[in-house]
Amino acid sequence: MAVLESRKVTKRFGGLLALSNIDLAVKEQSIHSVIGPNGAGKTTFFNCVTGFYIPEEGEILLEGRNITGLSPDRVTRLGIARTYQNIRLFKNMTAVENILVGMHPHLKSGLIGAILRDRRTMKEEADAVVEARRLLRFCRLQGKGDLLAKNLPYGDQRRLEVARALASKPKLLLLDEPTAGMNPSETQDMTNFIHQLRDELGITILLIEHQMRVVMGISEIITVLDFGEKIAEGTPAEIQSNTRVIEAYLGRGAASGLGQRKAAATA
Amino acid sequence: MQKLPSIWITAIRNGLLAGTVSLLICLFGMVMQFEQRYIISGVVTMGQILYMAPVFFLGYMLARRLNLAPLKALAVGAVTGFFSGIILAAFIGLGQLLNLRSVLVQASPELYALLTFNLDLIPGVLAMLGFLALIGALGAALFLVPPHIRGALIGALIWTVMAGLLRDLISTVMQTWGPVAPLISWMFARSGLTLIGAAFVFLLSGALGFVHLKLPVWVVRVVWLLIALVVLLLPRILGVFLSDVLDTVGLFILMGLGLNIVVGFAGLLDLGYVAFFAIGAYTMGVLTSPELHGTLTYWEALPIALLVCVLSGFVLGLPVLKMRGDYLAIVTLGFGEIVRLLVLSDWLEPWLGGTQGIQHIAYPVIGNIQFGSQQMLYYVIIAFILVAIFIASRLKDSHLGRTWMALREDEDVAKAMGINHVTTKLLAFATGAFFAGLGGTLFAAKLSSAYPQSFQFLVSINVLSLIIIGGMGSIPGVVVGGLALVGLPELLREFAEYRYLVYGAVLVAMMLAKPEGLIPEARRELELHEAEVEAVTEPEPEAQAGGGS
Repeated sequence: MAVLESRKVTKRFGGLLALSNIDLAVKEQSIHSVIGPNGAGKTTFFNCVTGFYIPEEGEILLEGRNITGLSPDRVTRLGIARTYQNIRLFKNMTAVENILVGMHPHLKSGLIGAILRDRRTMKEEADAVVEARRLLRFCRLQGKGDLLAKNLPYGDQRRLEVARALASKPKLLLLDEPTAGMNPSETQDMTNFIHQLRDELGITILLIEHQMRVVMGISEIITVLDFGEKIAEGTPAEIQSNTRVIEAYLGRGAASGLGQRKAAATA
Repeated sequence: MQKLPSIWITAIRNGLLAGTVSLLICLFGMVMQFEQRYIISGVVTMGQILYMAPVFFLGYMLARRLNLAPLKALAVGAVTGFFSGIILAAFIGLGQLLNLRSVLVQASPELYALLTFNLDLIPGVLAMLGFLALIGALGAALFLVPPHIRGALIGALIWTVMAGLLRDLISTVMQTWGPVAPLISWMFARSGLTLIGAAFVFLLSGALGFVHLKLPVWVVRVVWLLIALVVLLLPRILGVFLSDVLDTVGLFILMGLGLNIVVGFAGLLDLGYVAFFAIGAYTMGVLTSPELHGTLTYWEALPIALLVCVLSGFVLGLPVLKMRGDYLAIVTLGFGEIVRLLVLSDWLEPWLGGTQGIQHIAYPVIGNIQFGSQQMLYYVIIAFILVAIFIASRLKDSHLGRTWMALREDEDVAKAMGINHVTTKLLAFATGAFFAGLGGTLFAAKLSSAYPQSFQFLVSINVLSLIIIGGMGSIPGVVVGGLALVGLPELLREFAEYRYLVYGAVLVAMMLAKPEGLIPEARRELELHEAEVEAVTEPEPEAQAGGGS
């Protein structure tokens, strides 16, 4: 069964059709990529899924349950976590604090507990800190828990954002360009890390990615968007040879030329 | 070498700026007003300190900003001072040619004489230029001493000036305690400190500031115990008038602790905070004043008043949930005014008393002890402040505190973390309203009345200012900010006329020199000074190379 399913999702901004009749199904424990040229509607799609935008038409289902129009915090509580294209950590909080905020859906103590510091609250807090440290270690950030998020190196910040997303124990993790701005070796690290997330934690992953090498290496299924429409879907091999995809990226006419050159290279 | 001339131009520009500020201080009449008020008897008056302060301050700031080699920094400071003197000299010169008094009331011959040290025109002006150059250089020199000594020096300077200003208060307090009473004549002159007294205060506070970090734990405990004892005995020592001041300070601290949760923790800029103060006071009034057929006692009415405040916190919170920053500030400002206008209105007069306000409001009574007088009410206020400090510090280190901080940092992402911004924000507003309401009930009890005029917009601004001065989000900062911003002006009655002028100036100066506040929250300090630490350590080789060439 599909973890996430989107049926005929349409989103408009005034006269602009940002998403048009998007059908998409993310299989359980798969790594699914959404690609497409700039302005294709990838991040808009993410925002629709996470509740920041409400689509005009269509519906979004999480494990068969309709989540269209729910507020972002409700969506998170139901099991979708995300990261951002431009890293959006709580910059002036420490790494551990960032993760603890991410655990919010699982922490029950409120105002009264905070004031009284009863045993249950204290235990919950202590357990949460242990869990946060464990997540830090899992994301290879051990020893950096007490640094302010903004003082971490770039690659660490990316991984911390993932750790924060994992803290809510999501079923589905949305990664918005996780390797943006990384050098080849960092990119390789991140790719391995994403595999590890899926293999060790059993999380389903939906990601937006620009670097073709990463996309082709990591994805099981790729969905291609262009001008708000889904133009192709398939395995990496299928997408690579899809004419409409090549057209979308390189323009009409390039497709045939590229096909020839590719034939020459293989020959 | 290209940078070289620009340093001097910056110095001249800052000098002219400092001179202009000094001139304004003179023209507002502050210098003449404090001309008789000696800080150190026969040596320096508060008036002189006031016009020197901008020069000293800018000399210091310039040295800090340019980060030069010692000699050059001193020279830059001197140039700054000299050019500030040029502005004053030009003003004096103009005053000789024209009669400025017809326009500027304060441009009196006495002022000129004061600025020129009662000398003739030419030698006087020259002396002033030299003197101000010296002050500017001293300001720069302050930056050159190592940081831990610098802190102690600044502290010592401030304490000495304070001791001079608060001569009457301090000598009254000392008189009540036999062993130190003989010191009074030795330390204090008829106005301000004696020279010996000044040196004593300067060295004592400087030394305390210097060794501050190295005290063993038990000494710190004993000191805190002594402070607690003094706090408990204060109303006895100070008498009725000063106890009244203490109560006012206490109420502002209580409000500050509440607003600190809203603004400091959750980052919701609330400019209508006085509304909850008013609601607390008026609810207490309506429920307890026989005039309005209220029959409850203070303690019976208190929970109801607090409940009303918390609910009004929700009422304010609901419509502003989607607003951020400046929009939020404007709406809350409006809310504060609405509440004031409602209690002032003829429409609600039968219930709230209109312009006449409410009289005969109950005060707390426990058993046979009546907490009606200023001196007794003080203890109730202190007790509530302790409760507020306890709650605020617990909240700060809790998951809720973290949630507020996350909301302050990035609301969208906080929502994506599963945080319900509605309940989280409303909790902040309601907790803030709770403390303001508590303050309001005590305010009503203190005056045994409530009038609409007491709940002006300026109260909100005062509370916000004391948080900013003390340090956003810092709980000890609220206490210190309250003492400095509410207590001092009450003690320095001459300042009353200039109160808000001084407020403004202090806020501007604080933002320039110490934006994190007097007692910064550890995290906030990290945020604001990290960049600076890097900036200071990096360009050093460059500066040395520049100095050598």
